[in-house]
Order: sequence, then structure tokens, then C-alpha cells
Amino acid sequence: MPVWLTHFTTTYLMWNEGPMIWGSDVLILLTMLGIVVTLTRLRRWKWLWREWLTTVDHKKIGIMYLLAALIMMFRGGVDALLLRTQLAVPGNHFLSAEHYDQIFTTHGTIMILFMAMPFIFALFNIVVPLQIGARDVAFPYLNAISFWLFFFGAMLFNISFVFGGSPDAGWVSYPPLSELGFDFGPGENYYLLALQISGIGSIATGINFLVTIFKMRAPGMKLMRMPLFSWSVVAASVVIIFAFPALAIALALLTLDRVAGTHFFTILHGGDPMMFVNLFWVWGHPEVYIVILPAFGVYSEVVATFARKRVFGYSSMVLSLMLISVISYFVWAHHFFTMGAGAGVNTFFAIASMLVAIPTGVKVFNWLFTMFRGRIRLTLPMLWTIAFVPCFTIGGATGVMLAAAPADYQYHNSYFLIAHFHQVLIGGVVFGMLAGMYYWWPKVFGFMLDVRLGKIAFWLFNIGFYVCFMPQYALGFMGMQRRMYTYPTDMGWGTLNFISTIGAYIMGLGFLFIVIQVLYSIKHGERDLTGDPWDARTLEWSLPSPAPHYNFAVIPTVTERDMWWELKERKETDRLKLKSDMITPIHMPKNSGRPFLMGVSFFIAGFGLVFEWIPIAVLGLIGILLSLLFRAFEYGDEHTIPADEIRETEAALGRL
Amino acid sequence: MHDKAKKRRIRYGMLGASAMTLLLSGCGPQYMVLDPVGPVGREELHLIILSVILTGIVIIPVLALLVFIVWRYRDKPGNRAPYQPKWSESRVLEVIWWGIPIVIVGILGYFTEKTTFALVRPPENNIAPITIEVTSLDWKWLFQYPDQKIATVNYAVIPTGVPINFVLTSDAPMNSFWVPRLGGQEYTMPGMAMRLWLQANQSGTYYGHGANFTGRGFAHMNFNVIAKPATQFYGWVQRVKSTSHPLTRAIYAQLKIPSVIGTTQYSSIPPNLFNGTVWADGGKYMPGMLPAQGTGSNSMKHNSTQ
Repeated sequence: MPVWLTHFTTTYLMWNEGPMIWGSDVLILLTMLGIVVTLTRLRRWKWLWREWLTTVDHKKIGIMYLLAALIMMFRGGVDALLLRTQLAVPGNHFLSAEHYDQIFTTHGTIMILFMAMPFIFALFNIVVPLQIGARDVAFPYLNAISFWLFFFGAMLFNISFVFGGSPDAGWVSYPPLSELGFDFGPGENYYLLALQISGIGSIATGINFLVTIFKMRAPGMKLMRMPLFSWSVVAASVVIIFAFPALAIALALLTLDRVAGTHFFTILHGGDPMMFVNLFWVWGHPEVYIVILPAFGVYSEVVATFARKRVFGYSSMVLSLMLISVISYFVWAHHFFTMGAGAGVNTFFAIASMLVAIPTGVKVFNWLFTMFRGRIRLTLPMLWTIAFVPCFTIGGATGVMLAAAPADYQYHNSYFLIAHFHQVLIGGVVFGMLAGMYYWWPKVFGFMLDVRLGKIAFWLFNIGFYVCFMPQYALGFMGMQRRMYTYPTDMGWGTLNFISTIGAYIMGLGFLFIVIQVLYSIKHGERDLTGDPWDARTLEWSLPSPAPHYNFAVIPTVTERDMWWELKERKETDRLKLKSDMITPIHMPKNSGRPFLMGVSFFIAGFGLVFEWIPIAVLGLIGILLSLLFRAFEYGDEHTIPADEIRETEAALGRL
Repeated sequence: MHDKAKKRRIRYGMLGASAMTLLLSGCGPQYMVLDPVGPVGREELHLIILSVILTGIVIIPVLALLVFIVWRYRDKPGNRAPYQPKWSESRVLEVIWWGIPIVIVGILGYFTEKTTFALVRPPENNIAPITIEVTSLDWKWLFQYPDQKIATVNYAVIPTGVPINFVLTSDAPMNSFWVPRLGGQEYTMPGMAMRLWLQANQSGTYYGHGANFTGRGFAHMNFNVIAKPATQFYGWVQRVKSTSHPLTRAIYAQLKIPSVIGTTQYSSIPPNLFNGTVWADGGKYMPGMLPAQGTGSNSMKHNSTQ
């Protein structure tokens, strides 16, 4: 082999690192080949471009987010299993320290930013416009840009594994460890640029949905008549808009330190690493509320529907959502009580953190009393919701324990902390997103997911969860720190770690059953012809499943909370029935390939900057500028659906 | 339905079992946090126990209510439990569940404040403390005894019953200094000197480890803190002085190079090594925290941050 080629394969493709890299290379190549061959043989390239890559339809964008979230859950889950395999026994040599460090970094980053975030955005997109009686989001074109920025950010992050090396400074990426002096590989650059790109998309999504909800509600849908999921999106969007810019700044300054030789966070020339820690958590703590608030929204919808009862204490629920989003800004320092802030500061942040438990506790009681004197149907979404209550309550309790600053001196960075945040993020967010996925699945795809397979997945995942994470609380009390790639035999940590690893594999099996369930149901799932398979309460269930492209042929006028349920109760659903003469032409946004191409440009620019290959970076930046320019001079980005076409569509759906 | 209830019971059984393991294991010294040997760790344990009890007041009723409600109001033909689909407001109930958490947070907040302020003071006022300056390096711990003028690597010896004033900094990425059986941790940060009071009232060898990730060798950043009666401690100091080599700046430069090593000790320390480290790494920010470079290390313990 010529020298330059050897250099390339060693430095960038890392072929000297052994079978794990080779295996990944082969798998990636096979997957790509598979996709290309399938699309070509089924002659689906045009379909892919027209229906998906250029779409600005919120429902389709939601589906793409959902798919991406599930794939990333798989990637992050495989990371988790690798980590747990390494920790199963003391003194293990399954992974080297370098690989372990990379894998826990990608696990954390992917699960939070490329799994939890797209999962909540999937539900935002799928549900909000249908629930508030709108035809699309406020800025459909921007919505597509948001998705493609997320998508290509995630792509950029993921290719680091096989091209150049993954980041290895932890998902928090604290300097000085993440500075050039200690970490000169391209991995850290991948982290910074991938998060920056997808973060821009997230800010845009926050703005988009806040405006959508404030400006595009159907006539009569006052804020206090709005379904609680939409309220939770308001709360989460507010937090996104205020928190994500802090991350963008932190990432940008650290990128400058690494690429341009500045000293914002270095330990030399007056840099202050502490400043990054502050900026990171000013975003980082609100971030966990960003992902949990929509889950709270899902639970509120699911509980009311499957208890066949009004949500208990609606105003209290709204108030607590908004309180959580405000308090979320005053708790960030609880991530570093042990960084010497002083007793006064620590006390302030300790008590502020405990305060979060108050509105959250209120919500739990309200959910319980929604079920009280109701009629509870144990469907899949409801099972995940019921499982959420004990899991999240215990996780919340350990959260209050962690908030007591002096006690935190003993928990900080130990496995007690690991167990706590996995319990609230899995028990809260993942359970919530799965409940939401099961609940709205028929609305999106028009068929039900198989119940038997879903129940197997549910029990495996739940039992696996407790087996995996309960021992980790104990390990924390035994003094085990996070991020150790191995541990000695004489500490007595072996047994509990082994049990924990078994639990992780059971959870993995649970996830596999969800995949099997989806694949099985695509073929054998029961079709939903009613549009309202759960006998539910809110407006989206008054539409056929899946909803037509324009959502509502005629925008309904809302007269009360849970209007669909109330109309059904009073047998007045005819009020929403269409009459031929009510139908007028509808203006809809045109599809555009530009958001996708802009994503590609961001990817190229990011990739160039990772390796500081400036010509490539410039090429990408030119692409971004061109897409902005062409958009600025675009006129007539809307098209009109003629009334007759709508009549035909509705008639075919049997609604006219 | 029976099957499901059974499964749920099994699950709660498992939950209970793991909680019990946690509680019972409190007796064993393996559970370091639950078995402290000094006043600092003990204060922290008291707060931990208080927080378990207070949160238990909420979570136990919640779990019980959940089981009761899901079972009682399940959707089965012939279920005679009341069904009130429109009942959705109750001022009294809302006041109760806004009120109880507020009271609990009030109580826990009060004790948190008390303990937080208590822990920045020495655990004993009548006994003169001993200062140990700790520097975390890649991937080892350097302990300097400014008053005894000796130094150790990857272990520290302390006298029992004496408050130890650990002054912490880092000459590498930030780490966290944690000796679970003595009490909670504090970060070591470049360019800063931070204080952590600890004390052992019982002789023994106590496990310590860095708690914040610092790269490849992080998993091997363990050290022992060995507590001995005061007379034995001073005997050890004399032995180190008479049998070891001095720590020179050249040796320090060697220590700074990333590596994993065993334990060593040094009979003397170069003047101002610790302060110089804090200042060299850009201690520009945080003015007034340390004396300017060149003054003795003794004045430092009065000026370092609390």
C-alpha cells in the first residue's frame, strides 16, 4: 500500500484499531447498499424526493423525526450495552479505556440530543396542529429546515465513530479536558459542530411551535380550552427559546478555543473553564425539563382518555407546567454544588431545586385523581403511563435527596446520580414518549400496533429497568464513581454490576420487541377506519386516520374543553360534519428541496471545520448562503387546493 | 386481569426487595457512604436519612394510592365502584397536595441550609487543624504537608481526631477529591484553591478516588487515606523525613506527565510549589483569594476560599 493510503486508513478510518471498526464499516456499507438497491429496484427515488425529502407537511416531518429517534435509540442503546458489558465483571478487558470513554460520551450525547429531542419534536409535529385545529405549523418551511439541521447534525455526530474518532470528554465536555491541550483529536470537534448544527434547528422549532400555538388556534380555542399536551409544548418551547442560546454560545466559544486559538476556557492566559460549566448547565438543566414537559403532556392526555374522565385540576396542571418552566432557570448550579460556590449559593440552588418537586408532585396527584372514580382501560399507552408513576416518583424522591447540597457531596458523580437521572429520564421521558407513540400511532399511520407484542416489550423493558438501575443506587453508596472503565475486584462492586448488566440486556430485548411489534403490525395491524380508535377526547380524533394533507377541510369552531368528547357525550358530533358548500379552496405551502440542501451544506461546512479543511468548510458555507439567498427571493411559495379536489378527498374518506 | 395484578405485585415485590437490600446493607463497611468514620460524613448521613424519611412521606402514599386506584377503578363489567366522569375539581384536595410538599421542602430546606453552613467550618474548634495541600495530576494525587514539609503521592496519612484542612487544586483537567467514609467531596480545579474539611475519628485505611472524569487513566486515580493516632502520625512524618528523597521541581515536572503510578513519599517540598501551581495556571481570575506568589504557604489557609 502506498504511504499516503496507509496514513489515510490509520488516521481517518482507524483500521489499525481492530474488528469493532471493521465491523461497523461493513455494516454501514451494507446498509447504504441495501437502501440504494431497494430504492432503485422499487423505483422509489422520485417518491423519496417528492414525498419526504422536500416535504413541508408537519405530519411527514413528524414521522421522519420519529423514525430518526427510534434509530438513535438503537444506536445509543447499543452503546449502553457495550458499556454494561465492559462493567459486568471487575477488571474486564472487553473495551479499552479509550473506547469506553468514547462510548459513554456518544451514549449520553445521542440519548439526550439525538433521541429524546427528536422524539419530543416528533410528537410536537404529529399532534399540535391537529390538536389546536390548524392546517400546519406557523412556518412550515422553517420546520423542514429544523428537521434537516437535526438530521445532518446527528449524521455528522455518528460518522465520527468510523471517520476520525468519536468525542471522549463526556457528554458535558468540560474544559480543560475538552481543550486542545488534553484532547487534540477531531472527536471533540465533531461533538461541538454536530450539537451546534442541530441546536440551531431546535431553537427554530421552539419558536415555530410557540408561534403556532399562539397564533394559529382554531376560532374559540381559548388558551384555557387547549389540551394539556399543547400546553406542555408551550412550556417546553419557552424553555427551548431561552435555554438553547446558552448552549450555542458555550459551544461556539469552545470551538473558537480549539479552532482559532482563543482562550475562553483554557487554563492558560486567563481562561476560565468554570464559565463553560455555568453556560453548559444554564442550558443543560432546562434541557431535561424541555424533554420531560412534553412527556407530562402525553400523560395528561392518556390518563384522561383511558380513565374516561376529565383531567383533574386542569388549571393546576397548567400552572404547574408553567411554574416548572420558570423554576428550571434557577437550579443549574445543583450540577456543581461541589465546585466551591460557597454556602450561600449552594443553599439557594438547593432549595430552588427542591421547589421543582412541588409542582411536579401536584401533577402526580392530579393524574392519580383523574383515574380516581374513572374507568381505567389498560391499553398500551395507559400501561406505560401507569408504569411511569412509581418510576418517576422514586426518581423524583432521589432527586430531592440529591438537591440537599451537603448530601450531594456524597452522591456527586457516583452511581447514585447515574441511577437517579436514568430513572427520571427513562421512567419520565422514554416511558412518556413511548406512551405518546402508542397513543397517536393509529392517528399517524392509520393502523393499530399489536397489543400482545407490545405487552411483552412493556414487561421486559420495565423489569429490565429496575434490575438495571436499582443496584446502581447501592453502588453509589458503595463509592463507585461514574465513567470508570474498569474497577478492582476487592471493592465488592462485582455482583451488583453483574445484575445491572443483566437488566440492561433485558431492556435491550424489550426494545427489540418494540421493533418486532412495529414490523409485525405494518403487515398484520388492525386498520383504524373510525379515526377515533381509543374513544378519545380532543380534536385530532375527530379527523380520519391518517389525516388528509390539509388536516381540516373546514376549521372547526371550538366551544369547550375536550370538545370532541363532549360532542360525543351529547350526541352532537354532527356539528363537525362537513357540508359540501362549506368547503372553500385551501392555501398550502409548496414543497421545497432547499431545506434538505441547506442541511447538506451545513453537514459539509461542519465536516470541513471538524478537520479544519477550510476549502470544504467554505464550500459548505457558500451552500448555506445560497439557500438563504434563494429563499429571500422566492415569491409564491404557496399553492391552492381547489375546493373540488377537497370534496373528492373527503368523499373518498366517507365524510361528505 | 388477575394475571396483570399478579405481575404488578411481583414488580412491587422486586422494588421492595431492592429497597430492603439498600437499607440492610447499611451495616456493612462496603457501603462507605452509610458507614462514616468522621463527623463530616456523619452530618451528611443524617441529612441523607432525613431526606429519605421526608420524601417517603409522599412517595409511599402515592404508590399505595396508585395500586388501589388502578385496581378499584379498572374497566370491567360489573365493577360497582363509583364512576364520576365530570368530577374534576376539588379545592380541598388541591390545597392538600400543594401544601404538603411545600411543608416538606420547607423542613428539608431548613436542615440543608444548616448543614451547608456547618460544613464550611472545621468540625472541631478546640483542636488545631492540619493542612494538606492536594493537587490532582494526570492521573495521580499529590499530597503536600506544608507544616510538616513532606509530600506523598497516591496516599495520605492523617492523625485521628484532628480536623484536616484539605486545600485542593489541579494541575490537569478538573477532578473531584472524594473519600466516602470521611465525608463528601470537593472539586480540584486549575487556577483555584478550594477547601474541604474532613476528619477521621477511627484508625483505619479509607478508600478515596477522583470523582470527575479526566481521561484515559481516570479509573486508576484511587488513593488511600490512612488514619492513625497522633503519636503514630508524627512518627510516620519523622520516618518519611529520614528515609525518603526530597521532592524537587524536576520531580514535580515528571509527575505532571500523564501516567499511572503507585505510591511514593518525599522528605521535603520545594517552597511555594502549591501556590505557584495555582497562580501559574492563570489564577488571574479570583483576585484576593490567594496571597501573591512569593509569600509563605502558611498564610494561605486563612485566605483560601470557603
